[in-house]
Amino acid sequence: MSDKKKELKPNTYKFDTLSLHAGYQPHKNAGSRQVPIYQTTSYLFDDVDHAAALFNLERGGHIYSRISNPTVGVLEERVASLEGGTAALATSSGMSAIFLTVMTLCEAGDHLVVSSQLYGGTVNLFRLTLPKFGIKCTFVKPRDTEGFKKAIQKNTKGIFGELVGNPGNEIMNMPEIAKIAHDAGIPLMVDATYQTPYLCKPFEHGADIVIHSLTKWMAGHGSSMAGILVEGGKFDWMQNDKFPTMTKPYEGYHGLSFAEEFGPTAFTMKARAEGMRDFGPCLSPQNAWNVLQGIETLSVRMKKHCFNAEEMVKYLSNHESVAWVSHPSVPDHPDHELAKKLLPNGRGSMIAFGIKGGKDAGVAFINNVKLASHLANVGDTRTLVIHPASGTHSQMDEATLKFAGLSHDMIRLSVGIEDIDDIKNDFEIGFRAARKPRLVSNQ
Amino acid sequence: MKFKVNNNEVFASTGGRPFDKKKPLIIFVHGSGLTHMTWVLQTRYFAFHGYNALAVDLPGHGLSSGESLKSIEEMADWIKDVIDAVGHKEASLVGHSQGCLVTVECTSRYPDKIKTLSLMGGAGAIPMNPELLSLAENNDPKAVDLMMDWAHGPAGHFGGHPVPGLYHINTGTMLAKSRTIQNTLGVDFRACDNYKNGFDAAKKIKCPTLSILATDDKMCPVKEGKKLASLIDGSQVDIIDNCGHMMLLEEADRVLTVLKKFITTNYPPLSS
Repeated sequence: MSDKKKELKPNTYKFDTLSLHAGYQPHKNAGSRQVPIYQTTSYLFDDVDHAAALFNLERGGHIYSRISNPTVGVLEERVASLEGGTAALATSSGMSAIFLTVMTLCEAGDHLVVSSQLYGGTVNLFRLTLPKFGIKCTFVKPRDTEGFKKAIQKNTKGIFGELVGNPGNEIMNMPEIAKIAHDAGIPLMVDATYQTPYLCKPFEHGADIVIHSLTKWMAGHGSSMAGILVEGGKFDWMQNDKFPTMTKPYEGYHGLSFAEEFGPTAFTMKARAEGMRDFGPCLSPQNAWNVLQGIETLSVRMKKHCFNAEEMVKYLSNHESVAWVSHPSVPDHPDHELAKKLLPNGRGSMIAFGIKGGKDAGVAFINNVKLASHLANVGDTRTLVIHPASGTHSQMDEATLKFAGLSHDMIRLSVGIEDIDDIKNDFEIGFRAARKPRLVSNQ
Repeated sequence: MKFKVNNNEVFASTGGRPFDKKKPLIIFVHGSGLTHMTWVLQTRYFAFHGYNALAVDLPGHGLSSGESLKSIEEMADWIKDVIDAVGHKEASLVGHSQGCLVTVECTSRYPDKIKTLSLMGGAGAIPMNPELLSLAENNDPKAVDLMMDWAHGPAGHFGGHPVPGLYHINTGTMLAKSRTIQNTLGVDFRACDNYKNGFDAAKKIKCPTLSILATDDKMCPVKEGKKLASLIDGSQVDIIDNCGHMMLLEEADRVLTVLKKFITTNYPPLSS
């Protein structure tokens, strides 16, 4: 018999368990094993005192589903738990989560430093729309870590980027950029949609706010739009005078100071109390429930997504019709080593590749694949393809395309979880069609 | 608000309302390694209903300066100093966990100043697991992880925070890690472990007292809470099912409802 003393270990639930259970207690919901869909706009007050208490943030609870909803609340807690965050706020889409994050952080006259390799819609938000609110941005290439430092101004309120850029798969050096942000007393906001918390937990690498389009891998089935912002809880809003709307008394809530009162959850509390009240991009309970169904199988799906992606990388890398392949698992990818550190559970299922024959070949490929779906989404269980220069990023001019690292021969591939042989067979059909115009022109 | 006690700056949340000397004072005292923020779902109610609700950060904790106090007795005297510093003659005290030891000791030492005493997850003594104590004193973050595990009941481990979107365990972890662990949690755990006067102090308490206990509390079990309550004349006891040691967050509504009834009955607010 061993006399070795048993080491104390915390028995808090692990990732796969939290994916199924976090944020929900059946005994408080009529014993319903599944999370109920609270399809309601509003909630009864016990009496006038109770109503006042809810409006004054004296008690937790629900008032009106634009501000919060019990089904949506389960989703928020679940994602916060998976990310290792203190709090989360779900929104109607990933774009509204980004917008709400910026509007919670910034005022007119403020400035942001932003990675240049972003989803096209996000580029336009930062480049064209936010300046209309008096918020200006400086774009920096994601690998130009020093460039982020140089771009910080006196009125800079934060750094924003996609951890793995869309669609070129350039990776931000999150730990170094987080240090730059924190040295300047500002937060780092990271869109980690491509990774999900299964592949990367950005808070462990210095991020302060994490944003997801839940529409993608988190929901996973291409059925529902949703977004979320998650707060890490470490950032000290009171360390300087850059964030008066977080630290000074807020007229909209009886002089409340969010930072003093709510500390590690202050950002989320402000985003909800002010942002959801005033902008209202709320998530429907039905869509929240659909996303919860997806999250239940997140780790199972992500393993298969990553397996299929690595198989496709090998297939494409050896294919005669492919000029280049970009995926962090490729040894000569410039961020291969960084990816190993930041994405230890898998490098994700987004692949960019160049098709020989340029734009015409790309169009022929897209038009002829049968299994892969041609659409403007990523992170579906099904394999998806698009030609960014004529699709997701078509509103960009030549110079902006180049700055965003896009080329006319690029095809963006979101690898699904179908049988890998079927995906490869489908691509053969596409490549054959892509070669035909060139064969004809060569004769 | 900020004020000075023994030349050190003290931070106390006033529940979102300005401090008003005319209103009766309630002081909320947090548990080991934590801060005023654990009380956010109780203080704001009282602040909006005729009281000065003062959730203090103990010295060296949260936003208060100075070094952490090394004994429960020193903390008890410090609470009396807080009452004096904000210009009041008396107060109601509300404590959680270690805060119960502090408020019990303070009430026994200064019976004329303390009008009611509310204890949440309290016991007459809180002996520490030696390994946990050692981890905290050696600045090991595992001490916080263990505390968060043990402090939440089985239901609380799933979440279900009363404020939509907040996740209990991670929020508590961030609070406990906001300052150097050995200087807050380590010092507090040692103070709890050393404190032996709880049961004798309880026998001296004559003011109305309420104990809120929870069936799944591993850190201060119901049996220990009842033992303490039995020594205080006329003490009320309320027991919450399916709840752990962090009852003020896990069952915030229930706690507030019980606390509200007890305090407003025994220490009425300033009527508007």
